[in-house]
This record gives sequence, structure tokens and C-alpha cells, in this order.
Amino acid sequence: MLPLPAFDVVRPSTVDEALRALGTPGAQLVAGGTDLLPALKNDLASPSVLVSLSRIDALRHIRIQDDGTLVIGAGVTLSRLAEEPVVTRHAPAVAQAASVVASPQIRNAATLGGNLCLPTRCVYYNQSAFWRAALGHCLRKDGDVCHVVPGGRRCVAAFTADTPPALMALGAQVVLTSSRGVRALPLAELYVADGARHVAKRDDEIVTEVRVPDCAQPAWSSYRKLASRSAIDFPLLAVAAALRLDPDGRVVSLCVVVSALAAQPRVLKGLEQYAGSSWDDAVRRDVAEVARRQCHPLPNVPGDAEWRRDVLVTEVRRALEQLSPPASGQR
Amino acid sequence: MGERRWMVGRRTPKGDAAACVTGQARFTDDIRLPRMLHGRIVRSPHAHARILGVDASAAMRIPGVLAVITGKDLPHPYGIIPWTQDEHVLCVDKARYIGDAVAAVAALDEETAARAANAVAVHYEPLPAVTTVEQALAPGAPVIHEGNKHGNVLKHVELAFGDVEAALAASDVIVDLESTFESTTHVAMEPHCAIGQVEPHGVLTVISATQVPHYLHRELARVLELPMDRVRVIQPNVGGGFGGKSEPFDLEFCVAKLAMMTGRPVKIRYTREEVFYAHRGRHGMRMRHRVGAMKDGRLTGCDAKIDIDGGGYASFGLVTTYYSGQLLAAPLHLPAYRFDARRVYTNKPACGPKRGHGSVQPRFAFEVAVDQLAEKLGLDPMELRRRNLLEGGNRTVNGLLVRSNGFAECLERVEKASGWKEKFRKLPFGRGVGVAGSFYISGTNYPIYPNDMPQSAVQMKVDRSGRVTIFSGVSDIGQGAMSMLAQIACEELGVLPTSVRVLAADTDLTPVDLGAYSSRITLMAGNACLMAARQLGDKVRDAVARRWNCQSVDVLLADGWAMRQSDTAQKVAIHDAFQWAETDGGTLGSVGHFNTPKDVHGSYRGGTIGASPAYSFTAHVAEVTVDPETGRVRVENIWAAHDGGTALNPLLVEGQIEGCAVMGLGEALFEEHTFHPSGLHRGPTLLDYRIPTTGDVPRIHPILVETNDPVGPYGAKEAGEGPLHSSIPAIANAIHDAVGIRVNAVPFSPSQVLRLLHAKEVLDAAAARV
Repeated sequence: MLPLPAFDVVRPSTVDEALRALGTPGAQLVAGGTDLLPALKNDLASPSVLVSLSRIDALRHIRIQDDGTLVIGAGVTLSRLAEEPVVTRHAPAVAQAASVVASPQIRNAATLGGNLCLPTRCVYYNQSAFWRAALGHCLRKDGDVCHVVPGGRRCVAAFTADTPPALMALGAQVVLTSSRGVRALPLAELYVADGARHVAKRDDEIVTEVRVPDCAQPAWSSYRKLASRSAIDFPLLAVAAALRLDPDGRVVSLCVVVSALAAQPRVLKGLEQYAGSSWDDAVRRDVAEVARRQCHPLPNVPGDAEWRRDVLVTEVRRALEQLSPPASGQR
Repeated sequence: MGERRWMVGRRTPKGDAAACVTGQARFTDDIRLPRMLHGRIVRSPHAHARILGVDASAAMRIPGVLAVITGKDLPHPYGIIPWTQDEHVLCVDKARYIGDAVAAVAALDEETAARAANAVAVHYEPLPAVTTVEQALAPGAPVIHEGNKHGNVLKHVELAFGDVEAALAASDVIVDLESTFESTTHVAMEPHCAIGQVEPHGVLTVISATQVPHYLHRELARVLELPMDRVRVIQPNVGGGFGGKSEPFDLEFCVAKLAMMTGRPVKIRYTREEVFYAHRGRHGMRMRHRVGAMKDGRLTGCDAKIDIDGGGYASFGLVTTYYSGQLLAAPLHLPAYRFDARRVYTNKPACGPKRGHGSVQPRFAFEVAVDQLAEKLGLDPMELRRRNLLEGGNRTVNGLLVRSNGFAECLERVEKASGWKEKFRKLPFGRGVGVAGSFYISGTNYPIYPNDMPQSAVQMKVDRSGRVTIFSGVSDIGQGAMSMLAQIACEELGVLPTSVRVLAADTDLTPVDLGAYSSRITLMAGNACLMAARQLGDKVRDAVARRWNCQSVDVLLADGWAMRQSDTAQKVAIHDAFQWAETDGGTLGSVGHFNTPKDVHGSYRGGTIGASPAYSFTAHVAEVTVDPETGRVRVENIWAAHDGGTALNPLLVEGQIEGCAVMGLGEALFEEHTFHPSGLHRGPTLLDYRIPTTGDVPRIHPILVETNDPVGPYGAKEAGEGPLHSSIPAIANAIHDAVGIRVNAVPFSPSQVLRLLHAKEVLDAAAARV
């Protein structure tokens, strides 16, 4: 067992109190702690105060608004997200993504907000201090080289959170709260292509809520996670897709997000061209080919990068094949 | 008593099962002694480096730090094999792998110890490192152990039995198989942990999560320059070993030395990362097997060449080198056999024994080669194996005497249970079944240090409360060794399991048993226990017979009673019977011991290694699904028939079969103990080193084949390691049946499978054009 470094913990019961505590120098937020605590043991962060969100009941809501927006509080646990009927019915890909995170015990503790802010991972970074020193420190922490991309100047650690790609495919917005107010932005805009700081959240902001629009008539959605094992694994590749068809079975909109590549989930570009097409095998194969051209797995996560490139097309095609009307759509 | 048994053969949960699953079992780390200090080991970040100096002054200045030791404090080399003692507790001149121990600190608490360890300044002169066998054998390669006679080769064994070249030349078909097996490690749930304490009367006590208390006892005494009678080793509950705790480790010496220096108890517990560096797991091997057969399927001979990647130290490597060849000579009869194996030092954590020591890797290769022979000959691989059975009572080509042999039945049972005939070559593309067979030793015939004393001994006491106490050196590491002894005492003395206490693995209190390795305990300690129990049983029966005016043989001890066999209505509670015996003959105690028969092997040099009093046999059928678009393999079913002789406790035998199947599955599909070119482990964590989760485990169908072995207690043999061997080749052969490719590199990663599938598509397409 590696010892945890020393830190204080505060447990506010409201968002306002949490925001105040977050103003303390060296403060860092913690929700389920399933990712942060191992990181602390590995000396990857050294906060002096952890501001725990675990007692803030106001972050644990799930509801559908009159305008059809599905609203999910950041403090909702992943196990609840995976099972809550309103989520499984209106945003099945999100429930699916939540259900394949880590293990049941971890899902009981981990939260949606934590998953949205999950640091990127890299085989050269998520290791002990001894190990990183033996290899030579990388540019993300204490060093100036990248072990993934020789000569690289920017961290390309992989985005490995499961729920964000699914939410992005469904056009979700994320709500950030600070003492200055509340702002909402498309979830896709929360992420930037820098593994060392891939969440464009200001230090004084707390992710409080996620909003998935247009759930009254849910889109078809799916999430596929490629991993070595059936549990306790981060994705080696992940694909989320969301589709809306018109009554004649023609594509109205299609969004495909591929993840576990670099620091940002990749939203496939140019899919507007399929609007009006009939939803058939040819289109699905075509989209998979688009993915192959736009996505480039790196040796930043375990598993042969060459192989991940090989199976990308299959994974995207299968994610598209899995798209089917949500349960409520059939009623 | 004949064959009538009331306890042997009963499905009985382990005595400590409830304690283990409710968190009440006491492992080494649960023990906290008054005034106990915490230690931490400083490890080398270099794979190969000269140590120019160690400066502990900054560490010693940290408040709460009580001692720092370095290589100079423990100058005697050690090692489990007396002829290859090449390790120091803390490096003296050089560090030989990343993670090699260089210094150790003791402090008031764990945090301070960790800080102090970081503050120890070690001055290294990095040396060029060799991290592959090829590099280690290259001309001019850096030498890892300067004193070693053969450069970086620890051991080279060449043995030939019969004229292999002639046999292969005369064969109708030959398979020439080059294969690799990646190193894997044990991943016992409990990390290594030890506590050292000097008792007020001067005895050094080391409490440790070891599976070899006796060998640890010897090495502690030698390295610390103490007489053996001043050293005590206690082994509490151990959370799994699998071979990973079967030799002394740096922390055991460090806690002892630090306790001697500070006069306070000292505990060190490895981090999971340190467990990966301590390793002693399965050796990576590069192999070439040439196996020949005649048209009718009879095997002609086998020629094996094996390069073994050993890591930085010898560990059990001398034995590994022999095992990699010696343990291929059954269950199929090889008329001619030759092997050439060498174990090579590399700058990586030392490999050692892991469940199925040395023989799992060549077994994989051989069983795949046999499958290929069957394919070439158009034979069912079950049938090919049947045509080459080694008969029980025979010797293998290399001279191993096999007495009981249930392999034919193992094959028959898995064939039937799996629906083999309906499935083999008949399932749709992407699904397949494969078969493999194997055998394994029930204990090594000779101890690790040469001596003719018993390999195992038991002292037994029966008292007037009706209680039986067994004193034994056996190391229960979760496999149920203590329950096995209790069950034998129950069988012989008629007491219920609740009346038996087993006191084990405390070198002050228990007679020697050599430890939990080589699957030796049931056969050896079981026999010692049987011998002790029978003496007491005779005394009790005599005392009862005297009072009932009957023959002693007419008295049956069972189920808490002494009863008249000819009239079971006549009975007396067993504690009364014990009191009669104590009245007649005084205090009831006995000793039993076991040593091995010596006529079971060849007389050539090395002929003793691989020899065992008895051999277990196994056959597996695996059923797999292969996703041809991703290369991912899913094992759906494993049928595993195991001849472990009489199953003293079928529940535990089935548990071992299942555990072996799961461990084999992990090695077949996931596990890779691999390194960067620098010698750094690629991921010494349980996220990066993937063992199967419950979700990855197939349906396992254990099948017990119970031969009655003449040496084993009640006919029992081993079950802990044998059933692993067949699992990996059975999966490989099933992959071939499913999609027509031969995976020759373990693990069968999806990238390997997909690459082979693509290559096959290209070849098939080319063939179609011709």
C-alpha cells in the first residue's frame, strides 16, 4: 500500500459553501474519489484541501423538463445513472456507458461529474512516482519529453471517461457554476486537445449539471467500449453514436464520437452529408470509413495501437448497427 | 478398516473458510506488535548499475527514523538453491534490475519510513543493461554476474533419450513448431509482508507471508549468523502464494536485521508494485519443438530447444531448466526424446516457480504440436492421444516411474462431457473446441538441500476432552493443507472436524515440513499425518477392544464414536474411548513422517529432477468463440478432468481445478509481464497487468478421475498445479478449430489473432486464384 499524502477535507452541504471552500489555496474538488485517491498515492497531485461534494444533496437530481430536456445532477452516481429508468429510456447510450465503467463497487462511488472531469490517462503517466522517475519524467509532470510521441510538445494522454462521448453524441450541455454565476456550454466544448489540462473548466467552477436536449422524442443512441477485460478496464477505444430519422426512415441527424484516442473525444466531421440518406448498410460502412480517416489511435493506452486502428472501422460500424429505437419510442 | 471411509472423500469446506470470507482470518499485516516500527526498502531505478555509495545521513536526520541498513550490513549471499546463491538482501556491488533492493529504513510509522526511503541517496554508475535473451547471449554482452562460469547463462541442460534424429527421420510427418510464452506473474491477493522481532530471551522471530517456513528459517540463520535454534519462523494465514512466496525475500531479512538493530519489532509490507518487482513468476520462453509421428498416429520422438529468460537472479532457475524438458515425457509415450534448455540472466526481476513450474510453457508448445500432427494425419486429436498412451506402472523415456495413471479416463470423460464428437470440426466458423493433456508431479522426490531426513513430519496428541491436536510444519497458503490434515485425523480417530486443532508452520512448535511447493503437501504431509494417526487409532481401538472383549479390528472409530463393527449399536463416545486409552497406556501422542521412495527415476545426472513419488494427469477441452473482425477470443466452456488420485476432499480438489483453469485462462488471453527496453516493467499495477475478472471466467466443469495411487495417502495425489497445464494449449487448439489459425505466442492477444486471420485471408485468396 502506498501512503496517502496529508491533506485536509471539508464537506460542505451546499454548492455555495463548496465554491467558497474551493477558493482556499491548494483546494481541489473530490466527488467519488475513485480516480483522485489513486492519483494522490501516485504523487500525481498534491492538494492541501479536498473539497468533498459528497454531502451536497442538490447535485443528485435526475428529471425530464417540460421542454424534453433530461437534466442530471453532477453528484448522481454512475450505478444510479446506469439504472435510472428515465435515463435508460431517454438516453440509453448514457446509461450503457455508465454501466460499463470499472466495476460495480467503483460505480457505486463514482459520480457523473467526476466522470466528466476524469483526467486523461497514459501508460507513461498513471504510474507510481518511483516508476516515473525510473523511466524519466514526462512533460505532463516534472519532465519535458513525451514518451508516446517522440519529440511531442503537448500531452496526448487518452480521454478514457465513458459517459462523455455518449452525452456528446446526444448534444448534451454541461452546466458550470462559480461564485460569478452559472454558465452552460456544449459538452464538446468542455474538452481541449491538451492531455495535461483537457477540461476547459476554470479553477473556481464546479460542474453541477448535465442537460440532454430533446429527450421527449429520444434519439437512437448507442455506446460501445472496447476493452481487454469485461470489467475494471478503461476503454482502448470507445464509440458513441446518436441518430434521428424522419418518419420515412431517412437520416435527419447523425453524430458519432470516438474516444480513447488522444486528450479530446473526436466528433466525426462531415456527417451532415448523410442527412436525407436512407439508413442502410452502405451508409453505415461509409461512416465507419470516415472514422478510419479521422481517427488515429496512439500508443498511449495499453493494447497494440496498430490493432486499435484495425478494429476501429468494425467498432464504429457495430456502434451504428446497434442503434435502435429507445424503449419509449416503441410505445 | 479396509476401503470403508467415513470422512475421506467427503465434500468439506476448509476449516478457515468462514474466517477468510468474513475478514476474521489473521494475515501477517493484521498483526501489530507493541512498539512496532515500519520499514521500507529503497529500490534501484536502474536495470544495471554499479553502486558507488549510499548516503543515509539525510534519511537518518528525519525525526522518527531509527535505522537505515545497506548491503554492507548483510554481506552473506543467499538463494533458495544451495548451488546458485547469487543474491544479497541489499545489493552490495551492483543492482541487477529495476526494483532491486539497495537499502532499508525503519521508522515510527509508514509515512515517515516512505519519506526516509526517498531521502536515502544512492550513487549509481549506470551500466549497459541486457533485457532480452538475445542481448544477454550476444558476444561482448555485459555480464550480469561476474562470478558466473558461463557468462549470462545460469544453467544449460542437454539430455537425450534414444536416437531422436533417427526417429524423426523415420517419421511419416513432422511438426516443427516455434513458439513463445510471455512471462507471467502470480498476483496473489496478499502482498508479501513480514514482521521481525527479537524476543526478550534473545530468539529472533520472523512472522512472514511465506510458503516455505523451513527454508526461510535456514536462510535467516545463515545470513544473520545466528544458530538455527535461536530463530523462529511463524507463518500466519497467507493470502495466496502460487509459487510467489516459495523462497526467502529481501523484506524477511530486512525486518530481522532492523529488529536486531533497533530492539523493536519491525514490519515491512510490499506495495503491489514491489510484488511485481519481487516476481519469481513464470519464465518467458522461446521454444522450438520438433515432433514426429507415423501415419497411424504413433509418435516417434520429440526434439526440444528452449531458451529461458531468467531475470536478474537464479531463484529456482536450475530446477526450472530441468523441468522445462523433463516434464514432457508423459502422458503420451515418447519413444525418443531430447531437450536442450538454457536459462539466461537478464536485467529484469527474477523469474521463479509459478503454478506448474517450468513445464506449463513447453506443455503448451507440445500439445499444440500434437494437435497439428493430428490435423496433418487427418486424425481426431483425441484419438491420436489415445494411440500414444503411456501405460500406468511404466517408466517414461527419461526414466520417471509412473504408477497410477488415469489419463485415458480423463480423455474419455472430457470427450463425453464436452460433446466433443458433435462439436470438433463441426461448429460454425468462429466457434471451436480444442483438447490438451498433461501430467505433473506430486512433490519433488528430493529436498532442495541434500539430506536424507523425512520431507514431512507430524506430531499428534489426543487428549481426554476428545480433542486431537496436529502439529505440522505444513504451509497452508489457502489451498487447505490444514484441513487436509484434520480430515485424515478425523478419518483415523473417529473425531468430528470440530474436535481437531491444527497447529502449523511455526518452527518453534511444529516438526519440519519442507513447504508448499511442487504440489507435495497432500501426498507427503498427508502420509506423515496418516502414520501418526494410525498409531493412536490402534491404541484407542486396543483400549476399547479390551473393555468389550473383542478384537481390535472389530472396533470402528467414526463420527464421534467408537463402535463395534459387527454390531454398531454397541458404541461409546470417542472422548470416553480416548480416556480408556490414556488410562491404559499413559498420555497419548505420536509422530509420523514421510520420505520418498528412491527407485522412481533414472540414474543419469539430472535424473532426480522431475522425479516424484506420484504423478497427476489432466485433460482439458476448451470451447471458444473468436470474433473474426476484432480477433478477440472468449472462452465459453472448459471441461477439466483431473486424475488427482483419491479425492480426499472433492470440494477442494474441484476448487483447485477451477483455480487452475482461471489462472491458465488469464495467461492464455491477458497476462503479460513485459518490460520496456530499459528494463522497466511496463505496468506494475493491477490495472495494467490484467488477470481475469469474474466476468471473463467461462463455465468450468471440473471432473474428478480417482485412481488409487499406491504411494499417496488413501491413494491421493496432487491437484494444485497439474490442472493448469492443459488449459492454455486447449484454448489454442480451440482457436484453431474455430477460425483455422495457429496461435504460437502466449498470450493470444486480439492483435495476434487478427494479424493471423488477415494473413490467412490473403493466403486463402491466393490459393483460390491458383
